[in-house]
Amino acid sequence: MPSSASAGPLLEGVRRVGSVSLFFVRLLLQCVPALARPRLLIAQIYNTGSRSLIIIMLSGLFVGMVLGLQGYDLLQRFGSEDFLGSAAGVGLLTELGPVITALLFAGRAGTALTSEIGLMRATDQLTAMEMMAVDPLRYVAAPRFLGGIIAMPLLSAIFCLIGLYGAQLIGVQLMRIDPGVFWSQMQGSVTHRNVTESVVKSLVFGSACSLIAVHEGYHAEPTAAGVGLATTRTVVASSVLILLLDYVLTAAFL
Amino acid sequence: MRPNRTLEIGTGLFVLLGFAALLFLTTQLPASGMKFGGGSKGGYAVSAEFDNVGDLKVGSPVSMSGVRVGEVTGIAYNSKDYKAEVQLRIANQYRQIPDDSYASIQTQGLLGGKYIGISPGGSDTYLKPGSVIEQTQSAIVLESLINKFFANYASGKSGSGGEAGAGGAAAPAPAGKDTQPKVESRK
Amino acid sequence: MAVPAPVTAGAPDAASEAVVDVRDVHYSIGGREIFAGLSLQARRGRITAVMGPSGTGKTTLLRLITAQIRPERGTVRVFGEDLAALNSRAIYQLRQRMGMLFQNGALLTDLSVFENVAFPVREHTDLTEGLIRKLVLVKLQAVGLRGAAALLPAELSGGMARRVALARAIVMDPELLIYDEPFVGLDPISLGFILRLIKQMNAALGITSIVVSHDVQELATIADDSYLLSEGHIAASGTPAQLRDSGAPAVRQFMTGSAEGPVGFHYPAPDYLSQLLKEDDA
Repeated sequence: MPSSASAGPLLEGVRRVGSVSLFFVRLLLQCVPALARPRLLIAQIYNTGSRSLIIIMLSGLFVGMVLGLQGYDLLQRFGSEDFLGSAAGVGLLTELGPVITALLFAGRAGTALTSEIGLMRATDQLTAMEMMAVDPLRYVAAPRFLGGIIAMPLLSAIFCLIGLYGAQLIGVQLMRIDPGVFWSQMQGSVTHRNVTESVVKSLVFGSACSLIAVHEGYHAEPTAAGVGLATTRTVVASSVLILLLDYVLTAAFL
Repeated sequence: MRPNRTLEIGTGLFVLLGFAALLFLTTQLPASGMKFGGGSKGGYAVSAEFDNVGDLKVGSPVSMSGVRVGEVTGIAYNSKDYKAEVQLRIANQYRQIPDDSYASIQTQGLLGGKYIGISPGGSDTYLKPGSVIEQTQSAIVLESLINKFFANYASGKSGSGGEAGAGGAAAPAPAGKDTQPKVESRK
Repeated sequence: MAVPAPVTAGAPDAASEAVVDVRDVHYSIGGREIFAGLSLQARRGRITAVMGPSGTGKTTLLRLITAQIRPERGTVRVFGEDLAALNSRAIYQLRQRMGMLFQNGALLTDLSVFENVAFPVREHTDLTEGLIRKLVLVKLQAVGLRGAAALLPAELSGGMARRVALARAIVMDPELLIYDEPFVGLDPISLGFILRLIKQMNAALGITSIVVSHDVQELATIADDSYLLSEGHIAASGTPAQLRDSGAPAVRQFMTGSAEGPVGFHYPAPDYLSQLLKEDDA
């Protein structure tokens, strides 16, 4: 909370990284006791997961369709449009699925988390919990953090599946690629490693997004402007971190 | 807390959907998983043995004269005669395929996937469920490259009236003709 | 760790025991000194009023007493325990013996009135659902809002929210109850309710109460002891009547609400004329 305005932007950046890291450790310590309250966790999976379902499915469908159209156009120049299945499968699974899901998650669920917790801070609800000898990290932050981690791989998997359907819709239904070829090419090039990469990425992105969202909300200035600012920071920080982590993870899985 | 039906149903739906999608991605997409949409379509099964299937895959199409008539349902190695045994399923409306037909593994386009082309033979008896196609030609690695080489060689020599070139070009020519219309018919 | 002492509700001779004992506390925020050698005591079973103009650190004082912040110098003792010597677990245990009423109620917005009051009980005890229900209804009845149990905090008026928060603060039967500006923004009827409740809680349950407010008239009717906070220390203390009769000009200015007196209208600033001229030069 104490933001030293006099410090340079570099120092402020270092301070924020430290603040998030320390918060992460404190949060992890509270995750085990938080698991003992499944009702809270379920409510948060509903908030972050079920409520993001529509936007994830819609986006997945269109991303898949664009992928189908672009991929077909590019591949048919080489007479290799049969590889559309491979391109769509690997591309969606390892990159587009986890990354776009995470970006949408940051925009939809992350901002909601930040503003919710920020408002709880602004209306003294977090302090009230502390005064009732209930650790708000355990009661408020940890379930939201865990909910995000659980919801993200599921959302990403749904996104990939709908995306594949979208690509199939364009490739097979519209461009008349043989369905057997489409699926067999896809199965031929997608490996278990790709699936693992996809799940690992979405788990990491889920943790990063939820951590940032909860941290920003928890440390928001307790004013209307402060909560708004924190929400903006959530989106910016999450997006940058997702893309950075994506590079690191892609390099690690190559 | 208040039991909230909407919340629980919504969460349940989301989690089930998510795990179903994960299950599909892990079991259906990688080649080692189960086959997509298998078994539901009708058809009869025949098999063929090849020396080398190249990168033919389960799900690859089986076609005659460029028309898809079925698909590959299984590829296994037969350790008795050291050959690859390929299971095919032919759709029921293509019952009248002569049993001395010729199956070859061919490539779609320049870089495309492999498929099995069946050239009809002259027999009066037809393939039955469980039949084995005896005459096969394996996938040729760098097939197209060799085709191209011979074609060039032939056209270069034809002006000077070379005999060796004509003999060499004769063999790949039918295969080339075979492949071309099939690719064309897809567009 | 509890000091076993018979609760003698409101009896003046129980004065010797201080539930909250603040001694010589120094505290500053961002270089601005809030407290410079502040000392005060809240004695068992009594209502202690802490009065003072806005910005004198009344809320900061409450945060010191509840161990949300630590003083730079001096000691804060609550229930005889030095807060500086306690780890966070011990502080949480200590807080279970306190209740606090926030200015805006601070009800958990996603829980109903009933669940808000039941919240501390569920968190700290393993009582059966039936017992929790009875306990919560008893507390809601005490603040007159048993009928509102099913409502959400958003559906309550400010006064009602504060009464629900009071029910929540007393549901664990605390020994010490802290009120932060309980009278702000209430209509006269709600204000009357809250005043009556504070007195009732104190008299019937023997709860030690600290009320922080700047509403002099209201406090005077209920407080046993009062402190007047000014410029980082206690300007005056005693019964409300003693404060009112005080000769000190600063005390009189606050108690009578006069615009004229030692507390100036102007925030500290450089010399007016020289600042105006300096602006001209630049």
